[in-house]
Amino acid sequence: MPRDILEERRKSISLAGGSLDCDKASLAGAVSQRACVYCGARVVLNPITDAFHLVHGPIGCASYTWDIRGSLSAGSELYRQSFSTDLRERDIVFGGEAKLRAGLREIAEIYRPPVIFIYATCVVGVIGDDVEAVAREAEKAYGIRVIVIQSPGFAGHKSLGYRLAGEALMKLLSPQADPASQPQARQPQARQPKVRGLNILGDYNLAGEMWIIKNYYREIGLPVIASFTGDSTCAELRKAPTAALNVVQCAGSMTYLAKRLEEEYGIPWIKASFFGLEDTARALRETVDLLGSAEERSRAEALIARESRRAEAAIKPYLPGLKGKKAAIFVGGGFKAISLIRQFRALGLETVLVGTQTGQKEEYEVMANLASPGTVILDDANPSELEAFMREKGADILVGGVKERPLAYKLGVAFCDHNHERQAPLAGFVGVENFTREIDLTINSPVWSYVQAAGVTLS
Amino acid sequence: MLDQTPKEIVARSGICINPLKTCQPVGALYAALGVSRCLPHSHGSQGCVSYHRTLLTRHFKEPAVASSSSFTEGASVFGGGANLKQSVKNIFDVYNPDIIAVHTTCLSETIGDDLGSFIQELDLPEGKIVVHCNTPSYVGSHVTGFGQMVAGFVKYLAKKEEKSDQIGVFPGFVNPGDIRELRRLLALMGVSAIILPDPSDVLDGPMTGAYQMFPEGGTSLREIAALGGVKRALALGLLASKEPALALKSKCGVETDLCPQPMGVANTDAFLMRLSAISGQPIARELELERGRLLDLMLDANQYYYQKKVAIFGDPDTVIGLTTMALELGLTPKYLATGTPWEGFVTEVKTILGQYDALEGTRVKAGTDFFELHQWIKNEPVDLLIGTSYGKQIAKAEDIPMVRAGFPILDRYGHAHHPLIGYEGARRLAELTLGALMDRYDRDCADEDLDVVL
Repeated sequence: MPRDILEERRKSISLAGGSLDCDKASLAGAVSQRACVYCGARVVLNPITDAFHLVHGPIGCASYTWDIRGSLSAGSELYRQSFSTDLRERDIVFGGEAKLRAGLREIAEIYRPPVIFIYATCVVGVIGDDVEAVAREAEKAYGIRVIVIQSPGFAGHKSLGYRLAGEALMKLLSPQADPASQPQARQPQARQPKVRGLNILGDYNLAGEMWIIKNYYREIGLPVIASFTGDSTCAELRKAPTAALNVVQCAGSMTYLAKRLEEEYGIPWIKASFFGLEDTARALRETVDLLGSAEERSRAEALIARESRRAEAAIKPYLPGLKGKKAAIFVGGGFKAISLIRQFRALGLETVLVGTQTGQKEEYEVMANLASPGTVILDDANPSELEAFMREKGADILVGGVKERPLAYKLGVAFCDHNHERQAPLAGFVGVENFTREIDLTINSPVWSYVQAAGVTLS
Repeated sequence: MLDQTPKEIVARSGICINPLKTCQPVGALYAALGVSRCLPHSHGSQGCVSYHRTLLTRHFKEPAVASSSSFTEGASVFGGGANLKQSVKNIFDVYNPDIIAVHTTCLSETIGDDLGSFIQELDLPEGKIVVHCNTPSYVGSHVTGFGQMVAGFVKYLAKKEEKSDQIGVFPGFVNPGDIRELRRLLALMGVSAIILPDPSDVLDGPMTGAYQMFPEGGTSLREIAALGGVKRALALGLLASKEPALALKSKCGVETDLCPQPMGVANTDAFLMRLSAISGQPIARELELERGRLLDLMLDANQYYYQKKVAIFGDPDTVIGLTTMALELGLTPKYLATGTPWEGFVTEVKTILGQYDALEGTRVKAGTDFFELHQWIKNEPVDLLIGTSYGKQIAKAEDIPMVRAGFPILDRYGHAHHPLIGYEGARRLAELTLGALMDRYDRDCADEDLDVVL
């Protein structure tokens, strides 16, 4: 192991095979790539396009999360704007409730959204605002559902935020609490008749990926009832309890919600990944096996065969230029990392390093089994660790998010954004084509030759 | 995406919609990156630093490294002293900077952490330094946070005894490209200066195939100490450099001139005259020629600028500078807006507008947001927007051409490399503005109205 690794961090790093610590708080003083509870909750709820996302706290948290997630909408664009109570010193001293109350009134006057989410950030709990009470009051006064997410950054890391978002969504689905619903609709959802159809959980419609997945199901003949939360509306999400199956794409953010929906509405769930030909085909097959008729099964097979053929033909020209290259992966959740290892293998690349911000123990075990011996696996990595191991392993490309991009470039390593800044969809069969093209353009960019010509040795 | 913005303006007291500012800590973090081998440290929850690094990376397209005290529930109840202690130990053990620059957050300020005494109690390795500044997120904006951090360096490190025949320059909240231009102007005028902070080479580093956690750049600790003994200091940016100027005056008694950013012709003239007074040298011939070329361009194209209405928005110092520049070009500044709550902005801008007899029909506001700016525009449109990236949402909604300038610029490349200051900055701005106006005219007009031959 390289020398400059913090002693306490060694337990969070494994050279394939060994077990490792994860789901722990970040070390004080570490340059962590991880975000906070509020961020986790906001990421999950943000793509609900017609909801009003109000950040109760000083301005920073609202401005840093303003229209940065890349989720697309077919309808309302309310979610792309930034709303905050912008607490000032006076409010910290005298309390922020008055401002929140005024804010809710203004929202009701200007926007009249179906639902308001209030995210209470770090300082709100400390100054003792009773956000719930203000929310109930506003709900009564304006007939708008108001859901509070207590998401102070210090309460944990991003994973806790995912859970809180799950709880908020459960509240959204509960008709009893909706001031606008008719009395006859207020019956327990579990007793409402199920319809044949599925919900998609954990896809945020980055670059239109939810649309791609929905189109596959449409072609097969399986109705999609609700999508959590890419391009969703509050009304659509409220129909979710009638679905017969939940298909969970981003397990890191949505496992909690899937479990709650199973407990309270009796909806079984499966994990599925739509990244890579292999995983996409498997996801579609598993869904039709559980829900579909013989006819739908054959439609699914026809779709898989046709789309795989097309994707394989499209990526073929790129394969010789990618063969034998070494890949490093640093993404948010473990399930995506696993998919990426498979996808790289299918493209002829070897994964030499894999890390996540919030991976779970069992996911790290799967990674260790999938990856070749000697692959470095790390939880909650920081830039120095990524640098040290990418160098040691001679990585040619890093897959990560916005903070990792310039780090990779500085090291002379190619980069692909598999986070919220992806411009082309990377899910589904067409995603494989886009992913391959992106890997190719970054690994084989003409700029690298000039860099090398200047006498620079790359990683 | 802004079709929900209503035209009718109602007073709001509860919500900020689409902010034209962000919080103090990110400014403090940026300032600290301009000091040599310095690791900025955020004393608060771990999410803060992740956001700040992301924002800076998105603006500069460069790695931006900083650490966090990673507050837990416990720290938010019992105070963050233990977290700071552990952080400092870990940071010097592993990352080994020369100095850690701590800034506070809304959380650590509200629970009442006393950074001054925490730092005094630290057991530091030989030769290592920890400094701090207070940047509660509910006061000021990223601009004042920047000023607080620069002032923090001065308070901790500037030494009166270190006599220097240099001058000190606080460049304000500007890009690495501005710092390079500033350095060039100083050299041409024969003035030797200590610039604090200096993010050039840190946040515009070249591609070398090597990643350095602490790139070769930034003001050295030696230079910061020597700031205490400079013969005079120039503080550029009326808001961003105000605190550093006060700190240097009160700690070391250095006379400091607080001036607007040298953006546009008149401001650059005034700045160079100051340098000339300091060095006793006349204005360099090269700069006179540059000025001449700038005026030549402005004159050549003056009919395209003349009386075009413009909205300028962003940070106070930038908008103040750009307002002067816009007036010099013959544009009509219509809306001048900043999210930073500083009434001095309104006074300054109105004074400038008054000098050009251009006050009528304008709206000048501090502490406002993009939503209000958009409403103004909906009520009375403008021909051009000049400002930061989020303005593009208005530009698209209202189909108005836009010139990007200021912080942050997230949706384009290269801006941080170019100056807005000096005649060169003005020339670039003149060209960008002209390009935006003419491209739009070309798109919409009849062929014969804008031929290949002008």
